[in-house]
Amino acid sequence: MILTPEQQAMLDGSKGEVMAKIVKTLVMYGDTFGAERMIPVTSKYGHTVISYGLKVLDPVLDVFDEIIDAGLTDGQKFTADPRPLDKNVPSNLLEDLVFKKIMYTDQARYEAQMEKLGILNDNAYSCTCYLDQVGNKPGKGEILSWAESSAVVYANSVLGARCNRNSGILELFGSIAGFVPEFGFLTDEGRKADWVIEVKCEKKPEAQLLGSAIGMKVLEDVPYVKGLDKWLGNELNDDACAYLKDFGAATASNGAVGLYHIDGLTPEAKELGETLIRDGAQVYVIDDAELERVKANYPVIWADKEARPELCFVGCPHLTLKQLCDWTDAIDRKLEENKLKKVSVPTVFTASPAVIAEFNKTDKANILKRSGVIVSYICALMYMNNPLCKKKAVITCSNKLRTYTSARYYTEGEILNIITSKEAKA
Amino acid sequence: MKEFKGRVIVPGTCSAEALVSHNGFNTLASFQMAIMFNKKGVPCGDQNNPDLYNQKMQGKALCLPITIGSTTGGMILYTVLAVGKAPACMLFSESIDSLAASGAIMGDVWTDSSMPVIDRLGQEFLDYVKTGMTVTVKDDGVVEVE
Repeated sequence: MILTPEQQAMLDGSKGEVMAKIVKTLVMYGDTFGAERMIPVTSKYGHTVISYGLKVLDPVLDVFDEIIDAGLTDGQKFTADPRPLDKNVPSNLLEDLVFKKIMYTDQARYEAQMEKLGILNDNAYSCTCYLDQVGNKPGKGEILSWAESSAVVYANSVLGARCNRNSGILELFGSIAGFVPEFGFLTDEGRKADWVIEVKCEKKPEAQLLGSAIGMKVLEDVPYVKGLDKWLGNELNDDACAYLKDFGAATASNGAVGLYHIDGLTPEAKELGETLIRDGAQVYVIDDAELERVKANYPVIWADKEARPELCFVGCPHLTLKQLCDWTDAIDRKLEENKLKKVSVPTVFTASPAVIAEFNKTDKANILKRSGVIVSYICALMYMNNPLCKKKAVITCSNKLRTYTSARYYTEGEILNIITSKEAKA
Repeated sequence: MKEFKGRVIVPGTCSAEALVSHNGFNTLASFQMAIMFNKKGVPCGDQNNPDLYNQKMQGKALCLPITIGSTTGGMILYTVLAVGKAPACMLFSESIDSLAASGAIMGDVWTDSSMPVIDRLGQEFLDYVKTGMTVTVKDDGVVEVE
């Protein structure tokens, strides 16, 4: 890799030993992928996937201390993934003990570090940093140094920004150094599609199920998806963006997709069409039966597979304002149909603090509250990491949450039916 | 005995028992519970990986196509390296992915750990190597399997 004189000086220690290690890491990272140069990070803000002070992650927090002690705190400001704890989310005394005395004992240390390193504000903790309410929405073509698989795939695909699937810690290195190695999704060639996905479903495919099927098939390749236009249309409106948010999160967690193109909808597919598809791209045809097959193969690791659901999580990734409103309407309607006042399974909807604040200004907030649903800013995955919570019969419509925890996956329609029925059954 | 040649990502030598994943290795799902609760031998927690689920990973020659999943993956790999709970080496049949590369490189630059990482060993390597075989990694990216 050819470095500029300034970058070479940084590597040689002109800005201290810690900055030299940061640049060395970025150079080795770039060399591995054939990068020939570093390019400036051009987005206004960064985003970090690290949002929790887990005791076991002390080595990571020690790196942050090194950076802070070296005075490298004037890099790009950034948002971060959701916080792990919220007293409003149901947990018993023992679970609380594990959360606070064993797991997230370093949360205060971590948040103090983030403040020194440049977290945007105290409410900037959400995996959906790109929503208008949160305010970290990069433009097309901007170069990012982000991590958080669902945010990276959204920024690349829906916003047309350019970001590699960086790891936690390394994304902050890019924000601090101000440059990243140019390879992969930062290049035109790296944004071409290796797969054509032909969606031939009779009904609108569930976003998180379709994303799961594609992620498992293409792993880290770039898919070009055809056949969604009859449901999503050709404009990136609120519904289409919410669908793609959930779809992308599933492709990224069930596989390793960092960029997808939706024919006639996402910015580069609109601009460049099928010229984005590489010669010899493989084809994967998805119909309703294929989605059923994928869903039926998800392992259920509950001890009692017939257990009554004890908790339901909706909102991984965090819900948009419109999704919160739509879920509220749907629950209200179903509860009335079933002559119930409250949901029959303790249910938590998760969204960013900024979206929750907006939602609370609407009349729907009271309706949702009356239904018994809790709205929280937490990361459901962080909650489920508690081994005591892992033993609970938790249901979700998030394929990301399913992948990383013992939560059992159902479609959004199935979740709605379960939580609004008199005898909730999985 | 069969020999394969790959590209050196992190140099080093080792000899260890193979542990083979034919599917993408989900770093977060595989390591998180084991490191969080200090489970002996670091059993794999990824319910979606039938090759590795509940298999102890520490000190093994982890043979895999690529890693998949959350972008915490590199940070998790860095952590297992920093606390001495890592596999003996990581051997990729395909080109290494950005998350695994990040974790391995951060481990190399920011810790005293030593975990050789070789990629581009080819599908033939992953077809040949079986869990339990002995794998020897040499400095120049040569991997012997017997």
